[in-house]
Amino acid sequence: MSELFVAKAEELADRERRIVVEGALEIGVFRLGDEFFAWENICPHAGGPVCQGRIMNRVNEVLDSEKRSHGYEFVEQDVHIVCPWHGYEFNIRSGAHPGEPKTQLRGFTVAVRDGAVYVII
Amino acid sequence: MSDEFKRTYPEIDDWTDSRELLAHARQQAKERQLDDVFIVDIDSHISDGGNWPEIMGYVEDPVVREAASAFGNGSKRGAFLNGSEGLQWQNVWGRIPHGQGLKEPVESSELSRETILARRCIEQMGLDYQVMFPNAMLFLGMHPVREMEIHLATAYNRWLVERVLPEDPRIRAMMYLPFNNPVEAEETVRRFLGKPGVAGFLVTSSRHKPVHTNEYMRLYAMLEEAGQVLGFHTHLNWQDEYTSQLNRFISMHAISFVLCNLVHLTNWIINGLPERFPKLKVMWIESGVAWLPFIMQRLDHEYMMRTSEAPLLKKLPSEYMREMFYTTQPLERTNETLLAASMDAMKAESQMLFASDWPHWDFDLPATIWDLSFLDEKAKRNILGLNAARIFDLEIPEKYLALAAE
Repeated sequence: MSELFVAKAEELADRERRIVVEGALEIGVFRLGDEFFAWENICPHAGGPVCQGRIMNRVNEVLDSEKRSHGYEFVEQDVHIVCPWHGYEFNIRSGAHPGEPKTQLRGFTVAVRDGAVYVII
Repeated sequence: MSDEFKRTYPEIDDWTDSRELLAHARQQAKERQLDDVFIVDIDSHISDGGNWPEIMGYVEDPVVREAASAFGNGSKRGAFLNGSEGLQWQNVWGRIPHGQGLKEPVESSELSRETILARRCIEQMGLDYQVMFPNAMLFLGMHPVREMEIHLATAYNRWLVERVLPEDPRIRAMMYLPFNNPVEAEETVRRFLGKPGVAGFLVTSSRHKPVHTNEYMRLYAMLEEAGQVLGFHTHLNWQDEYTSQLNRFISMHAISFVLCNLVHLTNWIINGLPERFPKLKVMWIESGVAWLPFIMQRLDHEYMMRTSEAPLLKKLPSEYMREMFYTTQPLERTNETLLAASMDAMKAESQMLFASDWPHWDFDLPATIWDLSFLDEKAKRNILGLNAARIFDLEIPEKYLALAAE
C-alpha cells in the first residue's frame, strides 16, 4: 500500500475533482462539502474516462398525489459524475449507477492529514 | 503518433482534443494487442454540417450555389438542410459533449479538418480503415424539395472524392445516393463508381420510398454488376405519427433507428429482391443487433402461413437475412446471453462488420467486440476487419500477413 498526494484540501473546492496518475492507474478524487471520494477513472461500461466527465445532480421526475407527472427536478443531495463517453452516471458518494446499483465504480480510500488529501493505493 | 500525445486529464467538454477523449481506447488497444489485429470501422460520421459552407462550393447548379449564400447570415451554414431536431438531443442534455459533434481545434494544415479528426480516431482506436458517413444529410430523404437531394448529394459526394478522400488512403466513404430520384441515383453510381476511396453506395433510411418500387431495379442491377455494397444507414424520424408520440429521445431513438430499416428490410425480402439480385451485397447499418432475431422469427412465422404473398421466395426470410450484412453498432450487450443468440442467428462470424459510429453518443470501440466472451478469436478477427476486407475488397496491410505467417 502506498499513498498518493492529491492536493491541499483548500485547493479542491466543493464539487471539484482532481485526477491523480500513478503508472497506468488513474484515480479521480472528488470533494463534496467536507468529504472526499476517490474512484478509478475507468467506467465499468466501456472503459471510458468517467472521472473526467461532468458533475451533475441526479434527475428525478416529479409526481403529485394523483401520480401525474410535473416534469423533472434536480436532487441536491445526490451528486453524480457522468462518463463523457456514453453518459453512464455514478453517485459520487457510493460509486453506484443510479439505475442499476450493481454497476459500480472501483473505489479507493482517501486520507486527509495536516490539510493535505491523499489517496491510498 | 498517438503515443506522443501528452494527456492533461482535464474535465472533458465540447472542445476537448479527441486524442485525450479517446486515450483509454488507445490503452485498450495496447492491453489487448489490438494493433496486431486488422480493424475496419465501417461507420464513422463526418461533420458535414460544420463543413457545409465548403461543401456548398461544390454545388453544380449555379443558381442553387449562389442561393446558398442566403443562408446562415451569409455563411452558407445549414443551407437548404431540412431539420435536425433529433441531432440536437444526442448529447443527453450536455452529458456527452462529443455527441453534438467534435469542436476541438486542429492544427493549421493543408489537410482538411475531417482528415485530421479521422486520423486522431484511427490512431487512438487502432484502425486500418475508416468509412465515413454524413451527419446532417441523414435527414435528406425527408426533404420537402425532392430535387434538393440531388444538388446536395452531388456536392457532398464531390467534396468527399475531390477534397477529403485523396488525403489519406485509410479513409473511405460510401457515396450518397439521391434515392428519392432513382434516375439520378443511377447517375451517381455511373459518376462515382471506381473513384479512389469510394467504398460503396449509401441509402439514408429515413424516407418514405418503398425499396421494392420498380423504378429502382436498374439501380440495383448496376450495383450488383459492379460488385458494390448497397448500404442502408438508419436514422431518426421524430415526425412519423407513431414516433411523434414518444416524448423522450431515449424512446424515439430506441425505436426510430430500427423502424426505418425494419420497413426497408421487410420490403426487400418479401418482394423477393434477394432472388432478383442474388449477388448484390446489401448492408444494414447502425440499427444494432437486437432487432434482427425479432424480424427473422416474425417473418418466418408469417411466411409459412402466407407463402402466396411472397411467391418469389424460395426459402425462409431468415435464410435470406443470413446472406446479407450488418454492422455491429450499437451493440446491445446488457444481456450477453441474448446477444450471443442474436449474433449466432445472424451468422455474425461471416455477416457482421465492426462499426464505431464515432463520434456519436452511443459509439462502440474495437474492444467492445474483442471482449465478447462467447466469440472465438477467429470470429472476432472476422467481425473486426476480415469480413470488411472481403466485402469491400480492401487491401490488408502486409504487417498482418507477416503476423499470420509467423
